[in-house]
Amino acid sequence: MREYLQNIWTAVITIMIGMRVTFKHLFVPAVTIQYPDVKPQLPERERNRLYVNMDDCIGCDQCARACPVDCISIETVKGLPTEDLGKTSQGKKKALWVTSFTIDYAKCCYCQLCVFPCPTECIYMTDVYEFSEYDRDNLIYNFSTLTPEEAEQKKINYAQFEAEKAKEKAAKAAAPANPTAVKE
Amino acid sequence: MTYDFFNKLFGSQIVAALIQSLLPLFFFILPFALFAVWFERKVSAHMQDRLGPMRVGWHGWLQSIADILKLIQKEDIIATENDKPLFNIAPLLVFVGSYAAFAAIPFSSAFIGSNLDLGVFFIVAVSGFVVAGILMAGWASNNKYSLLGAMRSAAQIISYEIPTILVIVTIVMVTGTLNLNTLSEMQTGHFWNWMIFGGPTFGIAKFLLIPFMILGFVIIYISTLAEVNRTPFDIPEAESELVSGYHTEYSGMKFAMFFLAEYANMFAVSAVVAALFFGGYQSPIGYLGNLIGIKWFIPIEQLLWFTAKGLFFVFVQMWLRWTLPRLRVDQLMAACWKYLIPLAFVNLIIIGLITLI
Ligand code: SF4
Ligand code: SF4
Repeated sequence: MREYLQNIWTAVITIMIGMRVTFKHLFVPAVTIQYPDVKPQLPERERNRLYVNMDDCIGCDQCARACPVDCISIETVKGLPTEDLGKTSQGKKKALWVTSFTIDYAKCCYCQLCVFPCPTECIYMTDVYEFSEYDRDNLIYNFSTLTPEEAEQKKINYAQFEAEKAKEKAAKAAAPANPTAVKE
Repeated sequence: MTYDFFNKLFGSQIVAALIQSLLPLFFFILPFALFAVWFERKVSAHMQDRLGPMRVGWHGWLQSIADILKLIQKEDIIATENDKPLFNIAPLLVFVGSYAAFAAIPFSSAFIGSNLDLGVFFIVAVSGFVVAGILMAGWASNNKYSLLGAMRSAAQIISYEIPTILVIVTIVMVTGTLNLNTLSEMQTGHFWNWMIFGGPTFGIAKFLLIPFMILGFVIIYISTLAEVNRTPFDIPEAESELVSGYHTEYSGMKFAMFFLAEYANMFAVSAVVAALFFGGYQSPIGYLGNLIGIKWFIPIEQLLWFTAKGLFFVFVQMWLRWTLPRLRVDQLMAACWKYLIPLAFVNLIIIGLITLI
C-alpha cells in the first residue's frame, strides 16, 4: 500500500516537474536561424566554393595533382619566347598559357588539399556556399581567362613554334651529319 | 434556439436540422482542426526552443491550410491486398464517431446540436464507435503494423473508458442529470459554482467535495487523453515502433479524415471535461452582456468562454504531449487498471457518501 501511494506521488510530482520545465521553455527565445533571411556566422576557416585567381596562376598543375577526386583539370601551353605572359603578384614570371582551368564542384569534396600546394597561393576557399544548380554541368566552373578562340590560337602558335624549331633542329642535325659521313 | 430560428426562417424542419448539424462542422470543427494543427506545431516548437512554421503567412498561420491543400491533391492509394470496402469506410467511421459527439456538446446556451437528456451517455457511446473504425482500418490495411496499432488502440480505448465513465457517474450522482446543457446551466454564476469547486450548492458538503472533485477531474483528464490516443498514451500510433499505427496505409483525404478526427476528438473530450467540471459555457466572472444590458450578446460571450476553456484543455494536452515520453504497453494497462480504476471507484464511493450529508 505504501509503495502504491508512493508510486502515485512520484508520478504526480515528476509530471509536474516535467511540465514546469517545458513551460519555461515556451518563453526561452528560439535558437532557430531563419536561414535565407538571416545567415549563420561562419567559422573563420570554413571551406566552401573554391576560387582561382588567374592573374597569379602559373599553371603548375600542383593543385590538380593534389586533388583526391581529380576534379580540377588544367591544360597549359607553353608561351613563346617572344610573348610576355606577365608576372604574378609575387614577381614570378609566368611561362605557361593556361588554356583551360576547370573545377567540377559536383565532384569536389571541399577538402582544401588543393589549396596548400599552390606556390602562388592563388587557389583558395571563399565564403560562398549557395551555388546549387538544376543542371550538374553548370557546376563545372571554368576559370581560364582566355577565350576558347584565344586558347586555340595559343595552341596553334606553339605548334607552329615547335614545328619551326623541329625543322631548324633537323636542318642543324642534317648539316653536321654530312661532314662526318665524308670523313669516314 | 438556433434550431427554432432556422425552422422559422426556412419553414422546414429538415432544412433547419441539416443546417443545425452542419454548423459545428464548418464553423467549428474544421477551423478548429486547422488552428489546432498549427497551434500544436507552434507549441511543440517553442517548447523545444525552435520556431516552427514561419514561412506561410504571419508566423506560418496558413501552414495547415497549405497542408490541407496538399493532402487534397495527393493520390488516394489503395493497395491490392487491402480489404477495400472496410478500408474505405474506416476513416469515415472514425470521423463520424468524433463528429457525432459534437451533437450533444453545448457550445452556448443558444446552441446545442441536440438537447439530449442522455447527453454525456450519448457522447461516451458514440465515441466508442471510433474503436470500430480504428479496428477496421487496422484490419483492412492488411499490414502488421496497422493491425498491431489497431489492436493496441482498441485495448487502450476500451480500458480507459472505464475510469472515464466512473468519473462521469460520480458527477451524475452529485448533479442528478446526464444532460450537458442542464449541467452547464447548474454551474451558472461565478466560478465557485463550478463542479470542480463542489458545485452550486453551498454548505459543508461543498468544501468536502473539492479535493475529490479535483481527483475526479485528474482521473477523467488522464483517461480521456488516453482515449484520444495522444502522447503519453499514443502507443497505437507509436512512430518509433509502428510507423504510424492504424493509418500507416492511408494517404490523401482519407489520412486527412483520421487527422481531422484526432483533432476533433481532442476538442470533444476537452469540451466534455470543461462542461462537467469547469462550468461548460458559463463565464467565471459574470457577463458583459448583463452589465451593459445587451441580452443577445450573452450567448456569443458564452461561446467564447466555452471555446477558451476547450482550447485551454487542448493546450494542456499538447503541453503533456511535448513533456512526457510514451508509456509502454504494460505500463499503460497498469496505469489504467491498477491506479485509475481503483482510485475512481474510491472517489465514487466517497463522493456518494458526501452527497448523503
Ligand atoms: S577542395 Fe579537395 S576535392 Fe575540391 S578541388 Fe580542392 S583538392 Fe579537389
Ligand atoms: S597550384 Fe596554383 S599556380 Fe599551380 S596550377 Fe594550381 S592554381 Fe595555378
